[in-house]
Amino acid sequence: MSIIDTTKTIPAPRGDGEHQGPLLEVRDLHVEFHTRDGVAKAVNGVNYSVNAGETLAVLGESGSGKSVTAQAIMGILDMPPGKIPQGEIFFRGEDMLKMSAEERRKVRGRKIAMIFQDALSSLNPVLSVGYQLGEMFRVHQGLSKKDAKARSIELMDKVKIPAAAARVNDYPHQFSGGMRQRIMIAMALALEPDLIIADEPTTALDVTVQAQVMDLLAELQREYNMGLILITHDLGVVADVADKIAVMYAGRIVEQAPVHEIYKRPAHPYTKGLLASIPRLDQKGQELFAIKGLPPNLLKVPTGCAFNPRCTMAQDICSTDVPVLHPVAEQDGTELVGRGSACHFWKETIHG
Amino acid sequence: MAEPKKSDETVDATPNVTEIVQQDASTTSEVEAILDTRVDRGEPILQVRNLVKHFPLTSGILVKKQVGAVKAVDGISFDLYQGETLGIVGESGCGKSTVAKLLMTLEKATAGEVFYKGQDITKLSGRALKAVRRNIQMVFQDPYTSLNPRMTVGDIIGEPFDIHPEVAPKGDRRRKVQELLDVVGLNPEYINRYPHQFSGGQRQRIGIARGLALNPEIIICDEPVSALDVSVQAQVINLMDKLQGEFNLSYIFIAHDLSIVRHISDRVGVMYLGKMAEIGTDEQIYEHPTHPYTQALLSAVPVPDPEAREHRERIILSGDIPSPANPPSGCRFRTRCWKVQDRCSTEVPLLAIPERFQGLDSPVAHESACHFAEEKDVVGAA
Repeated sequence: MSIIDTTKTIPAPRGDGEHQGPLLEVRDLHVEFHTRDGVAKAVNGVNYSVNAGETLAVLGESGSGKSVTAQAIMGILDMPPGKIPQGEIFFRGEDMLKMSAEERRKVRGRKIAMIFQDALSSLNPVLSVGYQLGEMFRVHQGLSKKDAKARSIELMDKVKIPAAAARVNDYPHQFSGGMRQRIMIAMALALEPDLIIADEPTTALDVTVQAQVMDLLAELQREYNMGLILITHDLGVVADVADKIAVMYAGRIVEQAPVHEIYKRPAHPYTKGLLASIPRLDQKGQELFAIKGLPPNLLKVPTGCAFNPRCTMAQDICSTDVPVLHPVAEQDGTELVGRGSACHFWKETIHG
Repeated sequence: MAEPKKSDETVDATPNVTEIVQQDASTTSEVEAILDTRVDRGEPILQVRNLVKHFPLTSGILVKKQVGAVKAVDGISFDLYQGETLGIVGESGCGKSTVAKLLMTLEKATAGEVFYKGQDITKLSGRALKAVRRNIQMVFQDPYTSLNPRMTVGDIIGEPFDIHPEVAPKGDRRRKVQELLDVVGLNPEYINRYPHQFSGGQRQRIGIARGLALNPEIIICDEPVSALDVSVQAQVINLMDKLQGEFNLSYIFIAHDLSIVRHISDRVGVMYLGKMAEIGTDEQIYEHPTHPYTQALLSAVPVPDPEAREHRERIILSGDIPSPANPPSGCRFRTRCWKVQDRCSTEVPLLAIPERFQGLDSPVAHESACHFAEEKDVVGAA
């Protein structure tokens, strides 16, 4: 118990004044995995930032590095085989990668919390949910078992689990999928963190339940003025809740933009293709546009732009030069704030 | 690819529907309604009537006693026509996958009939069943677990030929498998590879090739793209579209993604807790839904358009789907419905064109199992 600070019960007020600028800033992050078959470069220089009360959606297919980035931020990356050869992760201006394991542990859960995709396998099946929720209070705040349980019930109420007092001693299998995901949210919220990372929080849920859970998450975010990183592959969910979007492909951010802009005028062929390939509920389309080919193997990412073998606009330069994240501007040269596209031909993509 | 298909069984193509109606008076209007709405699409290739599947719940170790039943599918009726796609949507646990298994006769129905070209396949066994199964094939959800990792792709796609040797003579099989690989857009030289050497989308193509091997007329697809990445989903959906045109296939497309179902389906059925809540053409269901559950389901789907998020009306249902072991009395949706009245708990609403819409020549007039059906455009498509 001695390692963990037990005195502080109330988290510091938001925006404590010492630190100006974004809540979390990731700079030039690289993550690689050393495997028997070679080095898999999962993240190749990711930059993004989140402010308090803001929602950043990280969009990408499986293998694009979106979850690995999140794990690196949380400090739960398996190392080895994982390795962070370069990069910085600033939380309130402090580089977390330079912190000791102990300092890191104080941030984790209390300042930054994570919601995982699969609630059933993220909860311990042999412990009651009340015990698992209370663990946050017992370990971080040194509350007694009884007090911790009382706080657990409060939390379960907060995430709108009906009859919380009666269900606190139930086990995870006794809850439905939506309720389990609420418990995961409650657990992340327990210590009122400044930032929540939600890794595909609704992918395993039905649409009606997904709508409930996303609503709850948005409501709690407003209430606590938290930053939220939402990791997903669902363009629909993103459109509903995000403030800004980062699209990842093969470990890089290929496009960054405020949410309203990106759906109207994508500036990267990958984003454009993705938007064209999803069927719409409100219109009966013709044949879907399909991005040809497959996402790249991370052991041998194509040279130049990683998207070039699948791109309809690819030219010679694309297979030799890695495109940087160009700032995106209007045709007359006025810069579009917050937009960037890692494509040599972003002008052609956005302006026709 | 094309070859004379189907066995030469001569069956009476018209099932004795009147007989069923007499058998089960309570569903008379339901069956008649289905017959009424039949436009000129020819004879249905598959007719499902009052299909029921209850899984018994037992207690006791030595002497087992049935204490209840999970009513996974509880009286479903629909038709499938040649060359059309019928989408079936619903939340998990509503019985859509059980319907798929019943149509494949992988599960034995507790009651009800499935007529394939006039022949009730739930009563068949042995050789006759085998002959029918050749014409109804399935594509499974998870391309990772539905392919045997120890078999080569050639063996996986060729296995149906071992069971139905009359389709392809022994010496011809390798060529046929290669043809199939080509049809689904894979390199025919991959015939000796193993499933782990392929990506998810490619594996699903292998699953589709296996489904096509016997030249079936009906393919039942149970969530065929939900395990795939967005950019790969479109490829597989386009492939299925293309194959349907090429081989005049009928699809039953089961999915929980309403946007994909709309894209591929000609008609759509919405299931809730073992019952069909609403069924109609894609336009009728998506643009003129009359059942509150369909409206809630549609309004919950996130639309990839941030402009819509401010002014889109969303109906957020409270609670979860009730247990099918103990479904609510009357209308099964009443526990989550905002229109609920006393009548809903006593009277089971029948799947029929609601009285007030009968005789209307408008897309609102389609079958909807609700006492208080009314139109509501939740998608904003009109």
